[in-house]
Amino acid sequence: MDVTLPIIILALPLFMFLFLGLLGKYMSHRLAGILGTAGMGITLICAYTVAFTYFFSGNPDFINAEGERLQQIVFNVTWLQFTPSLVLRLGFLIDPISSMMLVVITTISFMVHLYSNGYMRDHHGVWEKGFQRFYAFLSLFSFSMLGLVVATNIFQMYIFWELVGASSYLLIGFYYTKPSAVSASKKAFIVTRFADLGFLIGILILSFYAGTFDFTHLTSVAVEGLNHVYQVSEGTAQNILSIFANNPASTFMGASVLTWALVLIFMGGMGKSAMMPLHIWLPDAMEGPTPVSALIHAATMVVAGVYLVARLFPLYLMETAALDIIVVVGALTAFYAAMVACVQVDIKRVLAFSTISQIAFMMVSLGVARPEFHHGLGYMASMFHLFTHAMFKALLFLCAGALIHAIGSNDYTAMHGLRKYMPITHVTFLIGCLAIAGIIPFAGFFSKDEILTACFGHSIFWYIWMSCVAGLTAFYMFRLYFLIFWWKEHKVHDPHHAPHDQPWTMTLPLVILAVVSCFAGFVPFGNLVTWNGHPMFESVSFLTNLENLDWSVAAISLTVAVVAILIAMKMYKTENELPAKMRNALPALWDWCYHRFYWDELYMFITHRIIFGLVCKPIAWFDRHIIDGTMDSFATLTNKASWSIRGLQSGNVQTYVWIYLIGVILLGSITAICLI
Amino acid sequence: MELTMLYYLIPSLFMFCCGVYGFVTRKNMIAILISLELMLNAVDINFVVFNRYLFPGNMEGMFFTLFAIAIAAAETALAIAIIINIFRVASDIDVREINKMKF
Amino acid sequence: MFDNILIYFVVIPVLMLAGVALCKNVKQIRAVAVVGSLALTALSVYLLLDYLHLRHVGATAQMLYTGSWAWFTPLNINLSVGVDGISIAMILLSSIILLTGSFASWTIAQPKEFFLWLILLSTGVFGFFISIDLFTMFMFYEVALIPMYLLIGVWGSGNKNYSAMKLTLMLMGGSAFLMLGLIGIYYHSAPEGQPLTWNLLEIARNGAISENWQLFLFPMTFVGFGVLGAMFPFHTWSPDGHASAPTAVSMLHAGVLMKLGGYGCFRVAIYLMPYAANELAWIFLILTGISVVYGAFSACVQTDLKYINAYSSVSHCGLVLFAILMLNTTAMSGAIMQMLSHGLMTALFFALIGMIYGRTHTRDIRQMGGLMQIMPYLAVCYVIAGMASLGLPGLSGFVAEMTIFVGSFQQGMTDYLAGAGSLRLVFTIIACCSIVITAVYILRVVGKLLLGPVYDDHHRELTDATWWERLSTATLIICVAAIGCFPNFFINLIKFTFSPEIFSVLNFTQHSGIASVLGMN
Repeated sequence: MDVTLPIIILALPLFMFLFLGLLGKYMSHRLAGILGTAGMGITLICAYTVAFTYFFSGNPDFINAEGERLQQIVFNVTWLQFTPSLVLRLGFLIDPISSMMLVVITTISFMVHLYSNGYMRDHHGVWEKGFQRFYAFLSLFSFSMLGLVVATNIFQMYIFWELVGASSYLLIGFYYTKPSAVSASKKAFIVTRFADLGFLIGILILSFYAGTFDFTHLTSVAVEGLNHVYQVSEGTAQNILSIFANNPASTFMGASVLTWALVLIFMGGMGKSAMMPLHIWLPDAMEGPTPVSALIHAATMVVAGVYLVARLFPLYLMETAALDIIVVVGALTAFYAAMVACVQVDIKRVLAFSTISQIAFMMVSLGVARPEFHHGLGYMASMFHLFTHAMFKALLFLCAGALIHAIGSNDYTAMHGLRKYMPITHVTFLIGCLAIAGIIPFAGFFSKDEILTACFGHSIFWYIWMSCVAGLTAFYMFRLYFLIFWWKEHKVHDPHHAPHDQPWTMTLPLVILAVVSCFAGFVPFGNLVTWNGHPMFESVSFLTNLENLDWSVAAISLTVAVVAILIAMKMYKTENELPAKMRNALPALWDWCYHRFYWDELYMFITHRIIFGLVCKPIAWFDRHIIDGTMDSFATLTNKASWSIRGLQSGNVQTYVWIYLIGVILLGSITAICLI
Repeated sequence: MELTMLYYLIPSLFMFCCGVYGFVTRKNMIAILISLELMLNAVDINFVVFNRYLFPGNMEGMFFTLFAIAIAAAETALAIAIIINIFRVASDIDVREINKMKF
Repeated sequence: MFDNILIYFVVIPVLMLAGVALCKNVKQIRAVAVVGSLALTALSVYLLLDYLHLRHVGATAQMLYTGSWAWFTPLNINLSVGVDGISIAMILLSSIILLTGSFASWTIAQPKEFFLWLILLSTGVFGFFISIDLFTMFMFYEVALIPMYLLIGVWGSGNKNYSAMKLTLMLMGGSAFLMLGLIGIYYHSAPEGQPLTWNLLEIARNGAISENWQLFLFPMTFVGFGVLGAMFPFHTWSPDGHASAPTAVSMLHAGVLMKLGGYGCFRVAIYLMPYAANELAWIFLILTGISVVYGAFSACVQTDLKYINAYSSVSHCGLVLFAILMLNTTAMSGAIMQMLSHGLMTALFFALIGMIYGRTHTRDIRQMGGLMQIMPYLAVCYVIAGMASLGLPGLSGFVAEMTIFVGSFQQGMTDYLAGAGSLRLVFTIIACCSIVITAVYILRVVGKLLLGPVYDDHHRELTDATWWERLSTATLIICVAAIGCFPNFFINLIKFTFSPEIFSVLNFTQHSGIASVLGMN
């Protein structure tokens, strides 16, 4: 593939960041917005061209005679040479998942760029302060995220991983005069930084044993080894498995080194993807502007953890213990987040917890994926869900942004019955809810169904568990929907200031994403994205996904979803006492859910009381009083010694005479004795 | 009875010892000065005596004594001037109290 | 003598001294300082390019531009000069910081005396980096230390007498150890019957220091230089000294002088005494490993901006010594990168703190807030400096730390798998934790100082940076970003020195990677 387009994809957002960041304040708001959006538009076109070339051109670089999709490194530049063999390169890798991610990121990013033109100004058309800075940060984020997905090696991924974290910090703290935004951004950065520590150590272990950072080397050799394991063919290549397995010290504290490395790397993914117990930053991150939440904290950055695991999936397959951990973490997180989402008041928080829950779905799906079951269906389902979720969750967030923009509050208590005033938002939000609830034929139905099928193939327990979570998902999303758009009539005091739909810059992205959410489910993902590049279906048509459904699973999940929606409708469609009764029936549970199971309080306790109170402060005290005291006491001792002997030099001549006399007499007598 | 050297030297030794004793024990600066003069005079006597008995043909001892007396007079004048000035500043001429310039 | 380019690094500062002495007003002084430091910067850039060119065309000597002039023959003291990539990197760093420091002290009181001492200090620094004769090296080292007392004592702020005295006495204490060590090295510099020498290269070539003597002399020199490198527990001069020092002095001191410590440990202690370095590394690994996390934890609860930065310097400089003690090519390259990175970054920090202090007249973060709204330029620079400090890719901190961590981890695992103990591995992981703690204290400061609502309404009238302040900070930021974006250039510059032929200590530990441990190569 020609290097021009990949370079533009990476360089243009970076250039836009520097350009808008340095010169933004000298240009008008409108111009900055247009430039930022246009820059993203060009990136979008380039990314689409690259992705479509990869998937559909049939070029033998990308797809071999058996129809397997291949990885290709477009370019790879040496950036930092650690040792002669261990080299950190920056490059551009295209394979099914990176191409898919290019599409997702540029689409959502472009929608958000467009949408922000309308969102980042108030009803009178006055631009938000720092509008140009906002676009600069968005460009920086897009650059980092694109660099992350096309990384050719795990260290490049780490570099962009950090950059993504920093741009997320900047965007969450965009309203930097608000203390809550400042602390939310700080929390997001530090929690993910903590997770990245695990990621870093994992990379160090992996690179030490494998002697390389490169994904192609790591995974293709692993794939070769796995073919050996799973297909019982004659594999003689010296592969990573043997490096790890033949190692005398390959176990550490009961687990193999590879497991440790993979679990630590997954820890990095847990941080970015807000898995329990490192999820606490994501709900707070909603302090950022809503388009940012849509872009970063719903569609792209938070799925980086899933992407990371998917990227190293062949390695994970070699150590299924790590995959089991992923399943457990994911399943617990999914359930936890769904519970919490059922009682939140702030609509962005509901969406945030829903995001956590959905990402956990993807994680579980990866965790249960095994090549022996439907050619690694879980892997495909996870990526599929990542794709569809990005679309409908971005849609939901952008709708929420429209509502917040119209109402001026994040709480549904200030909304209620908005369907008449904001019809476009209403319809698009409903489509988003139907998609996430998994109603046929919306996008979420197909991807979620694949995930549940994969769970079913792995273990019946996790299948039931995840089905319950899917039911909860449908319930809390429709609870939100009914509470915003129904429940009771919206009171309008002044017809001129009634809530209304938005300018076209905001409406257009909603409509586009809604259309995508309707039809994304029909994309034949099984033939595009699989763990080893093998296509799943013989032939492809528009209805491939529908034809290949496992209807027993699909019927159950549909039923669960419909029942959940009906319950939500019963409870929230019109104003009634039922929700209050429910709440009073289980006050403790409600309380725990409302307070997010007190995770934040626990973290507050650990960081403030233990880290600050019991580590930092004693160390600072120790430094000032013990270490410094010792150093000072050397000085004090010297001083004291001098003072104590200074009396000898009294300045009193009479004393000197006495001493002189005594000395003379002593000397004289000694001399006399000696002479005699 | 012949007047030997010893008869001069013993009183001058006594005078010198008195001077030393006075110098180290007195606290009054005038008394210290007087003690100092005593020691000087004792030494003067010795010079004269040694000159007279040991080197009768020479006069160096005599001259030296005359110089010493003259210089001692000048020195005493200077010392008394200093003491008077100290008294003016500190209203005291006790050496134990005059320690302002000590440290 | 004057046909050697290196000698001009001492000649130009001396000319600057004369120039400043003759100046009549502050404008002339500024002109002399800026022109002189620009000349030094230009010279060091030329040196860098010429050095790379010479290496490119195949110069293989360890040190280039060598020259030696007899100074005091009875004791074999020469003025010997010579540089390799590492010294050039340090010289470049020093000249850039001197330049930006001159801008940062644009409006200092009593400029004539101030610049005289400042330039004398930098004379010492440049002289130290170009010398390869232990005696002249030590002499320049002392020349660099002494002016610090007056610079802090006269132009400082706060508890300046105490700080100046403490700093000078502690560093002099270090020098005492160092002098013992250097004299010891001199008396064992050549085999029996051959003339003794102070020349580093000859001592290394002779390799005549017996193992027992190495065990005695290595701690002497390492601690001697380590005091200046802020090694735990000899770091306490750093917070007080930096807090009291005027801006440019903090910049030069944290940016360059603390590097003298690391450079000396590396160039003298480890280079000349490889056996003891390998034997005793564990003691100092523990101390420096403690420095790294200890400094970071201490910085988390400080309220004075300069204290925060001083403790952060303890942590970052601890990482330099830590990496040097890994005795591994990658980690050592990382240490040099970290010296460069920390020098620029911390100079930027101190410059900004000085500028903020000059406006708000307080350094207590509890009494400031929301400065982003008042002085956006300085605030943005501060955020960039903070990001560099917590290791954001694209800025210098990241590449330095990552090189160190990769190298240390390789060495730690190699040791561990070879049955040589897990100390290096454990301390590497502990040191890695510092990236989280660093993020905590940096973001704490950024959050309290720059973001949030304006704390004090009087601050609203304050102005943003002046042109000389912009010039000073922008130069430093460009340098920080240059290292962060093109690290391989610097790695290539310094890697020549790290071959086992030159650095015999690497023979002890040169194996790295699982392959060599398992004999799979």
